[in-house]
Amino acid sequence: MSTATKTAAGLTGFATLALAALPAQAEVGAAGQYRWVTFTVFAIVILVTMYITYLASKRVKSASDFYTAGGGISGLQNGWAIAGDYLSAASFLGIAGLISLYGYDGFMYSVGWLVAYITVLLLIAEPCRNIGKYTLSDILAYRNDPRKTRIVGALSVITVSTFYLTAQMVGGGVLVKALIGIDYEVSVVAVGVLMLSYVLFGGMVATTWVQIIKAVLLVAASVIIVMLVWTPYGFSLPAFMADVVGDPKVQARVASLLGDPAKTMSAAELGQRFLEPGLYFKAPIDQISLGMALVFGTAGLPHILMRFFTVPTAQAARRSVVWAMAIIGGFYVLTLFLGFGAAKLVGSANIAAVDPGGNMAGPLLAQYIGGGADSFMGNFMLAFVSAVAFATIVAVVAGLVLAAASAMAHDLWVGVVHGGETVPPQQQVRAARIATVLVGAMAITIGILAKGQNVAVLVALAFAVAASANFPCVLLTLYWKRCNTTGIVAGMIIGTTVAVGLTLLSPNLTYPKLVRVASHKVLDGEPAKRVAIAEAIASGDVAKIATAARDTVALDKAVKKANDDMKKVAGQETSFMGLEKPLLELKNPGIFSIPLGFLAVILGSLLGRDKRAEDMWDEVYARQNTGILASKASSH
Amino acid sequence: MTTPGSIDWAAVIADPRFQELHRRKTAFLWGLMAFSIIYYFALPIGAAYFQDLFKIQVWGVINVGLLFALSEFVVAWGIAIYYSHVANKEFDRLAGEIAADFVKRTGG
Repeated sequence: MSTATKTAAGLTGFATLALAALPAQAEVGAAGQYRWVTFTVFAIVILVTMYITYLASKRVKSASDFYTAGGGISGLQNGWAIAGDYLSAASFLGIAGLISLYGYDGFMYSVGWLVAYITVLLLIAEPCRNIGKYTLSDILAYRNDPRKTRIVGALSVITVSTFYLTAQMVGGGVLVKALIGIDYEVSVVAVGVLMLSYVLFGGMVATTWVQIIKAVLLVAASVIIVMLVWTPYGFSLPAFMADVVGDPKVQARVASLLGDPAKTMSAAELGQRFLEPGLYFKAPIDQISLGMALVFGTAGLPHILMRFFTVPTAQAARRSVVWAMAIIGGFYVLTLFLGFGAAKLVGSANIAAVDPGGNMAGPLLAQYIGGGADSFMGNFMLAFVSAVAFATIVAVVAGLVLAAASAMAHDLWVGVVHGGETVPPQQQVRAARIATVLVGAMAITIGILAKGQNVAVLVALAFAVAASANFPCVLLTLYWKRCNTTGIVAGMIIGTTVAVGLTLLSPNLTYPKLVRVASHKVLDGEPAKRVAIAEAIASGDVAKIATAARDTVALDKAVKKANDDMKKVAGQETSFMGLEKPLLELKNPGIFSIPLGFLAVILGSLLGRDKRAEDMWDEVYARQNTGILASKASSH
Repeated sequence: MTTPGSIDWAAVIADPRFQELHRRKTAFLWGLMAFSIIYYFALPIGAAYFQDLFKIQVWGVINVGLLFALSEFVVAWGIAIYYSHVANKEFDRLAGEIAADFVKRTGG
């Protein structure tokens, strides 16, 4: 992976990308004699989820069972499942990692992921539950031309899911390889096959329970680690934070991030700087753009929207979002301790040495807290956190595959090919299963093909398309009387095109010339650094020699990476889009593409007339607010 | 069985109770939404342009910025709880009355 890409990836803030882009990552997996611990914990998680799938498979008889668990999930269960569906490896490992490496900015980054649910709660969840059935396109097709809106809706859902899915598969493969030391390809196939077996046999019932179990394990693991980290401070926040900023490892990290300005700062000032903004986010506009993509994109993520069809009533949908917000928010507050705790106990430099994106902060902290790399408990904790990470990837991927498969089978096959006429239940379920296998096979194939690729951009893209196309269309069809088919088609096409187009011109892609410049800088600076290290060793000062040893390791790594990067871009002059450097400095297109998506729906609706959309308004608006007929939504 | 075709939707919309529900919900939801968006974006904007304020230490080493970020969680939860409270108490009652009335009228 190139330096330019890495910088772009890091700055985008979507930590998955860093997670997905670590070809030469060191393994942190358990030492030889403790490997059985890892495998035992994994086996237990897999066996339990398989047993649940077996039980669930007996309950899947109709399309409604397959897509939405027959609408029989309770608000509390759905709240946990939403948390399980949403807390991907990026937020689980990525945010703790960002905090451990950049302090305050990492924590600030986590806020948007929770605030996103206010949009879902206030505007989206209940109306969708009241008028929807299985998919996002059901909502669009209700008052608009069903054929046209199902086609654009399904394409957008498949696009968003595929982007997100690819990032998860590649990131997951890298992560599993690092944590338990099996080959990348084997990891991808293992994640894919396991996920497929849950979805294929157990449909939404099994997917929901896998997500619930994963969320419970994730919260349990975090609570245990935070307890152990925080107990020595008598659960005092200021005492804990004072110890973090007073730690020489943290101060050294800040000094290395700041460079020259750090030379005039005292150790205490350096430590305190860790709790102040600006170590990670440099351009405010990027951050605001990212915030917009999160806050509006979450409400347009098909796998999250789909969860609201699994509960029986709008009240249950409301309850499930409130629970989800409690769990997700609580988890992010815990990551504050995980991240700062890792920075102090493990040390930012050690975390970055294993993975520059910081994704191993949580697992390394677990190992440290348990007693270290050579202890049984240390390895047990590491195995536990690794199993949670694995379950996380499988649960998120399962939700995404189900969303993409429902768009294919329910929207395109039943809705468009059969024109919405009645298709027998067994055939619908069969279509859903065939679509699941197709999407699953695609996910595994893309995951293997994309090995070592810069997939970071895909997570940014998934949120950008969801926020710029899906969200304006769903929101306006629910709340604006004049909204119609032309508006929806225009919004979907323009929102998606602008979001994808701007991203392709952004710094998220690999720019070979910039990579070469950056790599040359590292290689040209190498001799001088070697001289400095040699001088330090010659000085005979014990402290200086220790620092020199660390510097040597870091320098060797940097040089190796620079050489690898040069090899990767050898013979290339331009990015995938034929550009030598990014046309835009904006890493997330949201700030432009979201308003444009809204504008497209509004202009399209005003230009085209659609009598059906206007005639149906009363029905849509009355139903979404009163819930009349909603209880029959899952069987009509 | 009640089907969408058997209910007079225009009459539901015209019902004074529905109009009241619509009025209350519109003002409440969009007001809350606007507040939450302003409060959320105040965090990155403050972090970018009001760093001197964010750096002020108020509780040991804990500064304004950290407390503000933590307050985002409390505010988000507060909004969720407040909204649920109002919706459970007021909106559900009105919606339930309207629904029961019209479904009964059509013999569903």
